[in-house]
Amino acid sequence: MSESIDRKTSRIELVSRRGFLGNAFGAGAFVLGAGILPVNALAKGAASLNTTADTKPIAAATWHPSIFIGVETDGTVRIIAHRSEMGTGIRTTLPMVVADEMEADWSSVKVQQGFGDKAYGSQDTDGSESITDFYDTMRTAGATARLMLVRAAAAKWGVPSGDCTAQSHFVVHQSGKKLGYGELAALAAQQPLPKPEEVVLKNPSQFRYIGKGVPIVDLNDIVTGRGVFGMDIAVPGMVYASIERPPVLGGTVRSLDDSAAQKTAGVGGVYTIPTFTAPHGFKPLGGVAVIADNTWAATKARKALKIEWDNGPHAIFDSEVNKKQMMETSRKPQKVARKVGNVDAEFAKGGGKVIESQYYTPLLAHVPMEPPVATAYYKNGKVEVWSSTQNPQEVQNSVAAFVGVKPEDVTCHVTLLGGGFGRKSKPDYASEAAYLSKQIGKPVKVVWSREDDIHFDYFHTTSAMYFKAKLDDAGKPEAWLQRSVFPTISTLGDPNAEYGRSELDMGFTDVPFHLTNHQVENGPAKAHVRIGWLRSVANVYHAFGVQSFVDELAHAAGRDPIDYTLEILGPDRTIDLESEHTEYENYGKPLKQFPLDTSRLRGVIEAVRTKSNYAQRKAALAKGRALGFAAHRSFLTYVAVITEVEVDPQGKLTIHRMDLAADCGQVIHPDRVLAQFEGAAVFGVSLALYGEITASDGRIKQSNFNTYKVARITDSPRVTHVYLVPNGGAATGVGEPGVPPVAPSITNAIFAATGKRIRELPVSKAKLA
Amino acid sequence: MIQLKVNGVPRKFEGDPEMPLLWYLRDVLQLTGTKFGCAMGLCGACTIHVDGVAERSCLQPIGKSAGKAITTIEGLSEHGDHPLQVAWKEANVPQCGYCQGGQIMQAASLLKQHPKPSDEQIDAGMEGNICRCGTYQRIRKAIKSAAGVKA
Repeated sequence: MSESIDRKTSRIELVSRRGFLGNAFGAGAFVLGAGILPVNALAKGAASLNTTADTKPIAAATWHPSIFIGVETDGTVRIIAHRSEMGTGIRTTLPMVVADEMEADWSSVKVQQGFGDKAYGSQDTDGSESITDFYDTMRTAGATARLMLVRAAAAKWGVPSGDCTAQSHFVVHQSGKKLGYGELAALAAQQPLPKPEEVVLKNPSQFRYIGKGVPIVDLNDIVTGRGVFGMDIAVPGMVYASIERPPVLGGTVRSLDDSAAQKTAGVGGVYTIPTFTAPHGFKPLGGVAVIADNTWAATKARKALKIEWDNGPHAIFDSEVNKKQMMETSRKPQKVARKVGNVDAEFAKGGGKVIESQYYTPLLAHVPMEPPVATAYYKNGKVEVWSSTQNPQEVQNSVAAFVGVKPEDVTCHVTLLGGGFGRKSKPDYASEAAYLSKQIGKPVKVVWSREDDIHFDYFHTTSAMYFKAKLDDAGKPEAWLQRSVFPTISTLGDPNAEYGRSELDMGFTDVPFHLTNHQVENGPAKAHVRIGWLRSVANVYHAFGVQSFVDELAHAAGRDPIDYTLEILGPDRTIDLESEHTEYENYGKPLKQFPLDTSRLRGVIEAVRTKSNYAQRKAALAKGRALGFAAHRSFLTYVAVITEVEVDPQGKLTIHRMDLAADCGQVIHPDRVLAQFEGAAVFGVSLALYGEITASDGRIKQSNFNTYKVARITDSPRVTHVYLVPNGGAATGVGEPGVPPVAPSITNAIFAATGKRIRELPVSKAKLA
Repeated sequence: MIQLKVNGVPRKFEGDPEMPLLWYLRDVLQLTGTKFGCAMGLCGACTIHVDGVAERSCLQPIGKSAGKAITTIEGLSEHGDHPLQVAWKEANVPQCGYCQGGQIMQAASLLKQHPKPSDEQIDAGMEGNICRCGTYQRIRKAIKSAAGVKA
């Protein structure tokens, strides 16, 4: 989730071979760190790292370094990637930015993954903010290294540094003589740190890689099967664990008969993990673990466990009953989150055309292709963890709290992630491994089965929404009321929480239409499962509700949905929620810097309409085919989607084409940005067509890809086009913002094709014939 | 004792004959390019070749693999230069990469059967392999490129 601290404070420091880098760099290497923490946090944590200073500039340092650049004497430039790689390409892109500013030759760059360490600032790879938060910092780090290398060469030659330039891994004097970065490493390490005002960033016309891109650093390993994911970790002496967890949240073991399991070949013991005490947070659920000398033996023996559970209060949870309650709540007046004009008075006047509608979306599971997995070794009060995690510092904190050590005594190695989507921000699985290792005294690998993954997820929440609008004779909304009801993510820390906060600011309080009477409300709901965040979070349901309702209004007004949307969007403006006194988080970023700018939403809508040839295609559609539209801002990025579907006479749905236009400010790595939107299209198809988790007696009913379906090649759009709308502004999120408008673009297209309005996801529950 | 060949190397196994090939490859041989995704043959992440044909290693007990020649993604080509691997890199297919070994193994089997696959043959051949990152469009493109058919 977003954090409000300003991580942009950019400081650079010399740190030749600090203790916590271990042996990452060779002797004589020039190592540079860039601080990302706010100044007050720097002083606090400095002591733990400032240990092995072996040159004067280091000893003078009084603050924490964070990312690191090293130049080896052989010319190898090492750049630490401190954010987690789950498919966005961030492990390549941030180091690429450093290399560009540094004038390093990418072929001589090696990227190393950083351990979990608060010295890096936030490593929580989440909220689509790695580039927004770290682009400037990485540039400054690279530019500082470049300047120090230039000064080192100038000093060696006894010439003014202004007569020297850095060019692709060399410093070149105007006379033509040159020195390689490797030759300069030792000298550069002796240079005093430049003052911030001396560091000059490149002119964008000089970029070698930024705005162009390089292949991801793991490409060759991935296509040859050599990439190392959390699932692939093997540590000497390691044993494997498979855990039977309480089927109902908060359940405990009443009785256990493990005699058959213990007799299974390869089994090395059965251990009970205590059920958490509330709040559940990121703590393990508890249960019974079988330890064995391979995954198969552990899995097999686990099936032989005989456990009776005390299920506790959540055994009452039935998702159908819950849905009815939430729908009912959404029909009644609730807590006001935004108020413009007076909707009640406007509705009370009567007249106009009143449209009311309700929408429902179910719980969703993340199902990354790699289920949760972690390996941990507890030894002498210290813990080493290897895990696919989006948040290694949370691994340190959670594991430390669970096994009773200090966070700094937990070392977290970050592997490649086989998908994350928010699930791997929550390290309950790492704590399980650490706890078992402490019991057994050996390294333990905990592998979640797909069934475990689906039963025990931190689910994307379910939601009920209610909308009511009054249209004048021209179809313009004179009053607009919207309510959202959902179990909140806040239940992680407070199980009794019933109202949302962050969620409302994801596509609900920030509805961008030009409305004189507008009210946004939030009603209460209880959580009976662990609720977490999934790619694009509350924008999933809010975009579905809002964009479906706009389509309904357009239909009622007899208008084309795109024309209608542009009309109610009103004049180009920034929406000033602050002066309205509406609480709004804006993804943790200042509204002044990242305003809600309706001209940018208009921009992507017009772009997708033009580039997809909307008007011509709409006028010449084959039988059974139709176009659907939706547009949404999330994570500071603006996206509009047009989807072409076909519904055949048997009700079979085909998604022929999807066009997405996005305005995400400056584009750093175009191919990876395109890939994120292509992927978002498919992720959106999955949740629109199939995504549904249900429960009865507190137990999740779905278990694997047969009962929890996701999009396959045959479900995904036959063709996806992505258009990046040029914008010189700061780079904003791309991992998540493609997802929210996809589902409503599909359901709006289904309406256009069939006249059937889908008000509840997934589409697979509806009969389209 | 079970004898088989894995990536051309003769192997012997004396453990549980019910152990799926998946776990034998991963836990015993440390050939971790073959991924675990579902254990029910639903996702394709564990796809290998058994005597040259794509199979789900999570469904195949090692006891039924005696005398078979197993190929994993690590053994698909000596230098990582199978036409599909080359095409995969050219199209920058992978995002997280977890499913991609299985995708490539499935595609390699598909191309043996249909050297110039149609769209329908690609769909039918690849439908069993899930990519949660949603790289399907590029998978199609890379298969066509490797096969030398028009995209």
